[in-house]
Amino acid sequence: MSGRVVTAAEMGLIGCRRCGHVMQRPQAVEGSSCARCGAGLHWRKPQSLERCWAFLIAAMILYVPANTMTMMKTINPFNSTDDTIMSGVIYLWAAGTPELAVIVFVASVMVPIGKFIALLILLISVHRGSSRDRVGRTRLYRIIEKIGHWSMLDVFVVALLVALVRFDLFGRVEAGGGAICFGGVVLLTMMASLSFDPRLIWDTPEKT
Amino acid sequence: MSLDRWVVCEQCDSVYTRRPLRPGEVADCARCGHHLYRHHRFDLEILLALTLATAIVFVMANVYPVVALNAQGAYNAATIWGAVIATWESGVAPVAFISALLVFFFPLSQICLFAYVLLGLRRGRRPAEFRQAMHALSLMQPWSMAEVFMLGILVAIVKLHGVMTVIPGIGLWSFAILTLLLAALTSYDLQDLWDIAEDVEAGQAA
Repeated sequence: MSGRVVTAAEMGLIGCRRCGHVMQRPQAVEGSSCARCGAGLHWRKPQSLERCWAFLIAAMILYVPANTMTMMKTINPFNSTDDTIMSGVIYLWAAGTPELAVIVFVASVMVPIGKFIALLILLISVHRGSSRDRVGRTRLYRIIEKIGHWSMLDVFVVALLVALVRFDLFGRVEAGGGAICFGGVVLLTMMASLSFDPRLIWDTPEKT
Repeated sequence: MSLDRWVVCEQCDSVYTRRPLRPGEVADCARCGHHLYRHHRFDLEILLALTLATAIVFVMANVYPVVALNAQGAYNAATIWGAVIATWESGVAPVAFISALLVFFFPLSQICLFAYVLLGLRRGRRPAEFRQAMHALSLMQPWSMAEVFMLGILVAIVKLHGVMTVIPGIGLWSFAILTLLLAALTSYDLQDLWDIAEDVEAGQAA
């Protein structure tokens, strides 16, 4: 393929986000709907940047209690321990299962923090009208879209342990507030990345 | 002029004309690299068979315990719903609620909606609630997390292994198969299903 690609905006076309149908762009895009599937048409995702910021900031705030509050309580007749996400990772490492410690660390610490940073880069670069490495930034968006939900891992592990370890004699496991906060963080970061419209990366004019 | 042959990249707004692909081929956007469309690997029959198989393992994965624990004679087995209820009773209702949605209700709804849509199309007509079903399917897609739960089961097993005797149940194997089948089913591009529906309707009109 040679030369520039043509955009739908230049051709007066619009593609439906929901079903992929391509049609002539109506006079007023907002308020009109797709001829094929009836979904509302939008020029770009509505209030994309504002929504993305709101979800991202909420997620970053909630990430603090998610890490400081107890994720999981282990109670047995002799003692009881409160685990946060990090102390859980350290426990796994010390217990001789470093592979598991790495999996949980990647899913619960690296993925959320990586997602915060990636979304900040995307948002700030779009606000500044940057024309640098658009391909790379679009790829970054695709990566966070694809891996975001794996952070739910630790929440599911806690739910399973709570269901399984329920013995009068040998103790039990309870979930703490940290699990609620962390689940909230994952949902909020997913909503943030779903609100972001990657086409905004390409809308700014080329700087020469 | 018909616009049917056009495709617009949803990530960078580039416009292309569609061309038929060979099996295994994928059309990527020349500007941003996004997958635009791929070759239809499945026809309606195969998709329907896949949906049915997914439904069967879904039932099995939920009826049978996923894992059981044995701690010196004390025995406890957990099903997926058991995990949800235990989490609810443990005082973290939001976690139970979210898990139930992501691991039980969304996958179940996806299976039912696929069955509804595909059965209709195979009979050569668009089911009455086709639009609503398709919208629901595309809204649920990012929120269906069976594969994450599968990894969660494995992590939980390894965590408990050594402390107690962990007995994998039929539910575990069923859930593993469910994860694979559901991934195959939901990887099907819904936009292709819209195209098929259009062809089906055109055939009906002719």
